[in-house]
Amino acid sequence: MTTRPMATPGADGRFGEFGGRFVPEALMPACLELEAAFTAAWADPGFRSEYEGLLRTYANRPSPLMEAKNLSERLGVRVLLKREEMNHTGSHKINNVLGQALLTRHMGKKRFIAETGAGQHGVASATAAAFFGLDCVVFMGEVDTKRQELNVFRMELLGAEVIPVTSGSRTLKDAVNEALRDWVATVETTHYCIGSVMGPHPYPWMVREFQRVIGDEARAQCQELIGGVPDYVVACVGGGSNAAGIFAGFDDTDAKLVGVQPEGGAAIGRGTPGVVHGHRSMLLQDEHGQVLEAESISAGLDYPGVGPEHSHLHAIGRATYPWVNDAEVLEAFKLLSRTEGIIPALESAHAIAWVAKEAGREIPEGSTVLLNLSGRGDKDVAQVREILAR
Amino acid sequence: MTGYLESTLRKNREGGRKLLVPYITGGLSADWCEVLRAMADAGADAIEVGIPFSDPVMDGPTIQAASARALARGTTPVSLFEDLTGIDAGVPLVAMTYDNIVHKAGDARFAGELAAAGICGAIIPDLPLEESASWEAASAAAGVEAVLLVAPVTPDERLARICERSRGFVYAVSRMGITGERVDVAASAGVIAKRTKAVTDKPVLVGFGISTPEQAVEAAADADGVVVASALMRILLDGGGPEEAAAFVSSFRSALDA
Ligand SMILES: Cc1ncc(COP(=O)(O)O)c(C=O)c1O
Repeated sequence: MTTRPMATPGADGRFGEFGGRFVPEALMPACLELEAAFTAAWADPGFRSEYEGLLRTYANRPSPLMEAKNLSERLGVRVLLKREEMNHTGSHKINNVLGQALLTRHMGKKRFIAETGAGQHGVASATAAAFFGLDCVVFMGEVDTKRQELNVFRMELLGAEVIPVTSGSRTLKDAVNEALRDWVATVETTHYCIGSVMGPHPYPWMVREFQRVIGDEARAQCQELIGGVPDYVVACVGGGSNAAGIFAGFDDTDAKLVGVQPEGGAAIGRGTPGVVHGHRSMLLQDEHGQVLEAESISAGLDYPGVGPEHSHLHAIGRATYPWVNDAEVLEAFKLLSRTEGIIPALESAHAIAWVAKEAGREIPEGSTVLLNLSGRGDKDVAQVREILAR
Repeated sequence: MTGYLESTLRKNREGGRKLLVPYITGGLSADWCEVLRAMADAGADAIEVGIPFSDPVMDGPTIQAASARALARGTTPVSLFEDLTGIDAGVPLVAMTYDNIVHKAGDARFAGELAAAGICGAIIPDLPLEESASWEAASAAAGVEAVLLVAPVTPDERLARICERSRGFVYAVSRMGITGERVDVAASAGVIAKRTKAVTDKPVLVGFGISTPEQAVEAAADADGVVVASALMRILLDGGGPEEAAAFVSSFRSALDA
């Protein structure tokens, strides 16, 4: 039997040469505890059914697979939308957060911290914390608290404390740094709910497993709708959790897996291997190893690194990671709004932009494309309005 | 084989004194090497030289600010090593940096560059036991002592393994948290110092949050000495130079010797 490209990592937390556990000694016991707790929980039918029950009744799963007829007609390729934006709180982030919140309860911890870029992971974390009665603190770059003001208010409304991070580039990368600094001091009572497939082992694996529900559902839905697998599976990539989740349902098929990065944060292609935030992966950095600041219209993708499993899938040729620019993203944002009546998150608009750009070019006419619509765009409307008015 | 760092610290310990290791962010100011010399002359047993990194997750606001200032001055590992050529501080120098700086250069090349710059030890706080084997081998080959860290939450069995593999000294992190000035010495400092001393006869230095001579005396009681960083960097960030740094270090020296 051949192992699947997206296999379970070994005890060293490696995906090929990427991954690992590059954390201070103070965090090692917690990483080992979390690995043991997740391994046991994931093999426990009781935990699974509790988690699946929450996904169904609280998060509104399964999310629909929709034939995007108008967009398909426009582009000349058949586009199927996996509607993760219909989840409670408006994005795929809730899938991961509910899993980690359940685990937090199992580990007996009472405090739940998170980093956030666009605010979607922060909102999902604040939501789960309210539901489970956990104290929640969310770290958010100061730049992002301004870009995503409404999400700050939503988190506060849900009872979370939002801490604006003023160090470094004041975006997602620095929010992760600050969350790690908090966690080093509070690890005995606090769980750090990382929002993407990044960080020290077991996070990249655990978050992918909590997100694989997207791919597993989509695989079954594609079977029903088109009687097989699509030619392409496309998702945007910040840290890469929505992409990893949907790819996980198709890694053993012939479907081409495409992770779309922002041009200003294309760690895969424009970066080199580096070690930051607890893992080894592709990273935008200078010749001396100083991390560079990413630049993207979308706060959720404004990150100089990428989850280690994506670096591995790229290295073995199983997935490709092109990028699109901000102008193409804005066009895609409008395109989906006008053709299908769905306002996508700016993050998800990256995936749409790549399909729109490559339909009839790299994507042969008549192909079937499964596109992960990771989130809804309500949070971005004010920002886009401002940009379009300039 | 015991290296220059460990043998110096052992010799000074055997001489009956508590060890004092002040820290400076390399490249912080044009005269940082003069500060370094002044600290050595004021009674340091070794000096920790920070190689600034853009994302120092184990550091609090003071060392973050120092790192940012050094980077803004154009400091790179290479420029810092160049600054050090020809400088003989008279005490061992220990680098402190994050793994990405090492990783980017490559373990062997980086260890070689440290050795060439006269740095005989290195502390890489985001490289735990599970990930440090190749760095330990490369640094040993270059004659650089790889200092490992223990934390208050480190279990006994793990503590013994870390002490066994650490070179130069064992860095006992005094508290759960990041670097930065504190008003008191954490209760955990004495506990981790005693636990570490119980399993190794390598020098054990306590660091993180030691801000005053009184705190240094308290923290050194159960250990072989202390590392002092943020409080000293605060003085330099506020405009102090070699004289102020020397006065600071000698106040610690006197308190520890009293
Ligand atoms: C809607 C949406 N999609 C995607 C992302 C990017 O995260 P990831 O790459 O982990 O899916 C975010 C992050 O904020 C998001 O809010």
